[in-house]
Amino acid sequence: MKYLMFLVFLVCASASAAVEPHEILQDQRLEQRARDISKGLRCPVCQNETIDESSAEIAADLRVLVRERLSVGDSDQEVVDFVVARYGEFVLLKPSVSGSNLLLWGMAPLMLIIGLGFGVVFVRRRRGQTPNVQDPSLSDAERSELEKLLKP
Amino acid sequence: MINELGHFALILGFMVAILQATVPLVGARLNHHGMMSFGRTAATAQFVLIAASFLALVHAFVTSDFSLRLVTLNSHSLKPMIYKISGTWGNHEGSMLLWVLILALFGACAAWFGGNLTHRFRATALAVQGAIGVAFIGFIIFTSNPFIRLALPPFDGQDLNPLLQDPGLAFHPPFLYLGYVGLSMAFSFAVAALIEGRVDAAWARWVRPWTLAAWVFLTIGIALGSWWAYYELGWGGFWFWDPVENASFMPWLLAAALLHSAIVVEKRESLKSWTILLAILAFGFSLLGTFIVRSGVLTSVHAFANDPERGVVILGILIFFVGGALTLFSLRAASMQSQGIFGMVSRETALVLNNVLLAVSAFVVFVGTIWPLVAEMFFDRTLSVGPPFFNMAFTPLMILLGLALPLGAMLPWKRGRLEKGIRQLTLPLIFALSCGGLVWAMQTGRSLQAPIGLFLGAWLVSGAIADLLQRLGREKDFGRLMRLPRADWGKAIAHSGFGITMLAIAALIAWEKEDIRVVDIGETWTLGPYDLTLRDVRLEMGPNYRAHIAEVELGQNGQMIAKMYPEKRFYPVAKMPTTEAGIDYRFLRDVYVVLGDAQDGGSWTMRSYLKPFANWIWAGAALMAFGGLLSLSDRRLRTAPSGHKPRAPQAAKATPAE
Repeated sequence: MKYLMFLVFLVCASASAAVEPHEILQDQRLEQRARDISKGLRCPVCQNETIDESSAEIAADLRVLVRERLSVGDSDQEVVDFVVARYGEFVLLKPSVSGSNLLLWGMAPLMLIIGLGFGVVFVRRRRGQTPNVQDPSLSDAERSELEKLLKP
Repeated sequence: MINELGHFALILGFMVAILQATVPLVGARLNHHGMMSFGRTAATAQFVLIAASFLALVHAFVTSDFSLRLVTLNSHSLKPMIYKISGTWGNHEGSMLLWVLILALFGACAAWFGGNLTHRFRATALAVQGAIGVAFIGFIIFTSNPFIRLALPPFDGQDLNPLLQDPGLAFHPPFLYLGYVGLSMAFSFAVAALIEGRVDAAWARWVRPWTLAAWVFLTIGIALGSWWAYYELGWGGFWFWDPVENASFMPWLLAAALLHSAIVVEKRESLKSWTILLAILAFGFSLLGTFIVRSGVLTSVHAFANDPERGVVILGILIFFVGGALTLFSLRAASMQSQGIFGMVSRETALVLNNVLLAVSAFVVFVGTIWPLVAEMFFDRTLSVGPPFFNMAFTPLMILLGLALPLGAMLPWKRGRLEKGIRQLTLPLIFALSCGGLVWAMQTGRSLQAPIGLFLGAWLVSGAIADLLQRLGREKDFGRLMRLPRADWGKAIAHSGFGITMLAIAALIAWEKEDIRVVDIGETWTLGPYDLTLRDVRLEMGPNYRAHIAEVELGQNGQMIAKMYPEKRFYPVAKMPTTEAGIDYRFLRDVYVVLGDAQDGGSWTMRSYLKPFANWIWAGAALMAFGGLLSLSDRRLRTAPSGHKPRAPQAAKATPAE
C-alpha cells in the first residue's frame, strides 16, 4: 500500500502545469470548451487534481479524449457523460444533482433558512423582555469586582 | 545523549500534564488553595519540558543525526540550514511535537498572564488545557514517537519533500498551529465556564483577545499557504478547496464568528450560550482538521502521514473532547441567562446575522468536505466534491455577508434606525455601484464576477471609511480620528481587508489571461499588452538539486521592463521535479512565467499568465491580520492586572462635564 501511495505521488507530484502545447486545438472556441470541461474532471490517479492541472499520463490521455469528442461534435454534456461512463462518478468534481446528492446541494440553502429562522426567533424574544439587571448569583463583592473590570 | 534527554523530557511532560489535568480540578472542587495553585506551576513545567524536547529534536535535524529514524526519513546532509530547521516540523511526528509545544505555550500564558482571572476559574481552565495536553502528548509517545533510533544508521538521509523546501512553507505550519491550537484557549475557557456554571462580560473579555490572536495567526497561516501554492505549484492557483485547506478554513470561519459574538457577550451580556457553543465547535473543527490531515481518509495533495490507525486515535480524542464538552453544554446551557435586550434593528441583530452567515458557511464547507466519505459509507457511491460545488454553495453566503457588513457595522447598540444607517452610507453605495457599473460597461458580454466583486470591494472599503468618518461628529474634527480607540481602527482595517480580498479574487478569476506554447531560444511572443522573449535556458547546480533556469525578458511597447528567471528543478535524492515560477510582481498585475519541458530541437514549452490584482488577495489577508493585531493592542481589551492600576486620566475623561 505504501509503495502504491509512493507511485501515485511520483506520477502526480511533478508540479508543472499540465496542458501541453501539442494538445491544444486550433479552433479557439472548441479549445475553451475543452478547458472548461477539463476543469470539472478529476484526474483518476492523483490526489485531488483536475485533469487540467495534472501532469499524470492518464490526465493527458483524458484531455486528448475530451478534445477528440468535442471535435467530432459532441455537446459538453455528452463529453462529460462519456468520461463518467468509463471512469465513474468519481471523476466529477461537481457532484451530480441527483439521488442522495440532493441532500448535499440542498444543505446550504436549508441551513441558511434554519439559521436565519433561529436568528429571527432569538432577536424577537430579546425584544420586550424586562431587563434582568440584578443577577442574583453575584455577591456584592463580586459585582463591584466585575464593575471594576468592565470599566473602560 | 541529547536525543534521549529530549525523549525523557517528553515523557516527563506527559506525567506533568496528567497532574495538571487532575490536581487543580480536584482543588477547585475542594476549594483547596494549594492544589489550585499547582495548575500554574504544572503549566509552566509542562511548557519547559516540551520545549526542551522540541529543541532536542531540532538539534538532531540541525546536526543531521541519522541515527534517528525521523531524521533519516526527512532530512539530508546537503539540505540548506533553514530547511534542516523547518524540516523538524515538515513531517507528521515533528509537527505533532510542535503542536503540543504550542498547546503548552498557551497553557503557560494563561498561567503567567491570567492574574485577572478568579483563582478557581484559572485552575479549572488550566486543568482542561492539561487534559488536551495529556491526550496529544500520549498520542505522540505511543503512536508517533519522533525519538526512535535506528539500529544501523545510514550515511545519509532520504531528504525532505522538495515542495516543502521553500521559505513560505517553512513558516506556514507554525502560524497555522498557533491558530489551531490558540483556539484551545477558547475551548478550555468555555468548558471551565460550563463547569463553574457562569458566563459573564468579564469571561468574554478574557476569551476575546485569545480568540482574536488565534484568528490572526490562522489568517497569516492560511494566507502564507495560499501564497505558496500560487508561486510554487506552477499555474498560479491560490485556493483549491482541498480537504486540507478546508480543514484550516473551517476553524477560521468559526473563529471569526466567535470573536464577533464574544463582543455581544462582553458589551451586552447576550448570546452567551451560543458563544460557548461556538468556542467548543471552533476548537472541535481544528481537531477535525488535525484528523483530516493525518488520517488520510480524504485524499488530498497535502496530506502527510496517511495512516488510518493514527487517524482512529485522533478521532477518539476528538470525540472525547467535543462530545464531552457538548454533553456538559447540554446540561448547563440553560443556566446561561442572557440579559441585554435590544431592538430588531441594532448592532446585536447585525452580529447575529454575521454569526448565522459565518456558521452556515463553515457548515457548508464541512458538509462538502466530508460528503465523499458519507456518500461512500451510506449510499455506496464513490464520488468527488470539488471547486465547482464550493464556488456555487459558498460564494453566495460571502456575498450576503459583504452586502450586510457595512450597514451592520454602523448600527448602534440596543436600538438603531435603518434609515439613519442607510443615509450615512449613501455616498459609499453610490461610489460602489458606479465602480461595479463602470466595470460592467467596460467588459460587456463576460461574466458578472468582476462587476459584483468590484462593487463589494468598493462597498466594504468605502463603508469602513464612512464608519470612521461618522465617528468625527458634527464638527468634523479630523484630529479625533487619531484619538479613536485602536479597536475601531482595527475593525475598519480588517473589514476593508475582507473587501480587498473579495475584489481581488473576483478580478483575478474574471480577467486572467493564459498562453501555452513551444518557443525557441530568442523567440518573442505576446501576452496581453506585453512581449515576452526567451533569451536563454541554462543548467545550474543548487545545493541539493539541479535546475534548468530560463531567462525571459518582459517588454512593453518595445521597452524592456523586467527580467524573469523561471526554474525547473530536479531533486535527485527525493527523485522529484519542482517548478519555480518567474513572477514580475506589480501593483495592478503579476506576469507569471513557467518553464515547461524541453522539446526536440532545443525549444521549450513555456506557459505565461497575466494575473490582474493577484497581490491584492494577500494584501487583503494581511490587512485583516493587521486589523486584528491593532484591535488586540487596544488597551480596552486587556483587563488591568487585578484592577489595581491607577486609572485617573481615563476616569476623568469618562466623567461627564456637568
